[in-house]
Amino acid sequence: MRELSAPQGDLMLDAVDRKIIAKMQGEFPISERPYAEVATQLGIPETELLQRLEHLLANKVLTRFGPMFQVERMGGAFVLAALAAPEERYEELTALVNALPQVAHNYRREHALNMWFVLATETQEGIAEAIAHLERDTGLPVYAFPKEREFFVEMKLEARL
Amino acid sequence: MTAPKIDEIDRSLIVATQGGLPLVARPYNAIAEQLGLSAEDVMRRLKAMLESGVIRRIGAVPNHYAIGWTANGMTVWDVADDQVDELGARIGALDFVTHCYRRPRALPAWPYNLFAMVHGASREECATKAGEIRALLGPACQASDILYSTKILKKTGLRIGA
Repeated sequence: MRELSAPQGDLMLDAVDRKIIAKMQGEFPISERPYAEVATQLGIPETELLQRLEHLLANKVLTRFGPMFQVERMGGAFVLAALAAPEERYEELTALVNALPQVAHNYRREHALNMWFVLATETQEGIAEAIAHLERDTGLPVYAFPKEREFFVEMKLEARL
Repeated sequence: MTAPKIDEIDRSLIVATQGGLPLVARPYNAIAEQLGLSAEDVMRRLKAMLESGVIRRIGAVPNHYAIGWTANGMTVWDVADDQVDELGARIGALDFVTHCYRRPRALPAWPYNLFAMVHGASREECATKAGEIRALLGPACQASDILYSTKILKKTGLRIGA
C-alpha cells in the first residue's frame, strides 16, 4: 500500500519554482527587504517571488516557510516517538496523536511500529507529560527515542519533478 | 550545554513566527508592528537566536513527495556500542543522508541504535543508499531495517502556546 500525501492543486513546477525551492531551503536573509534580495539573486521581481511562494505553500509543495526552531537550545526537548497502532484504530489514533500541539510532525511508516511522530516541548518535563497523556488517551505504550547524539542534520532537497 | 537565555520578547517572536514568516515585502517590519517592537529589534533578536542556535535557519520546508522524492526511508541499524559514535559520524557525512542520530534501543522490540534518513525517487534508490550504509558499517552492524513512510499525517513544526 502506498498512500502518499499528494499535494493539492496543479503540481506542475516550472524552472523558476524549482530554483525558488532550492534557494529558499538555504539561509533566508534578515534585512529590511529580504524577499527583494532573494528575488534579485533569482533574477525575478520581488512580487513574483512572493506570489510564487504563496502558491507553493497553498499547494503544499512547501509545508512551511519561516524560522526553524531548535527547542533544545531554549531549554526544551525534541523527541522521536512511536506507536504500534492496530490497523482498525489507525484513523482514531492519528486524530488523538495529531490533536496534541506538542506533536510537531507525524508519519505513517511500514513496520509493527507504524506511527512515528516528533514531540517538541518547551520544557524537559513536557515530553514525559505528553507521553503520559498519549498513553492514557490511546491505551497503548508509547516508545520514546530521544536523540543521544546528533551526527548530521541538513534537510535540503532539490525538486526532481 | 546550557540553554541560552531567551526572554519573554524572544518567546513572543517565536510564537509570532512559528506558523511562518509573513509573505510581504517587509516581513520583519510586519512582525514588529504586530508585537509593538521596532523592526531593528526584531531583526537583532532573530540574528541573536540564529547565532545561539535557537533558530537553526530561516527557510522553507518542502513536502518531499511533492518535489519528486516519493520514497523516504528511515534506515535503522543495530551497531556495536563501542563503534556507533565513530561509524555514526561517517554515516552522517554521506552526502545522501539528511538526518543521522544515535538513539536508545527499546529491547526486545527495537534493537536499533543508529537512525539515518535517506530519500529517493523510488524505493530501489533508497535501498541502494541503504546498501552503501550497510557496507560502511561492516561487521559492527548486527541487524537493520528500512521503515518507509507511506503518509504524512502531520507536519506543522513546533507549536508553543501564546
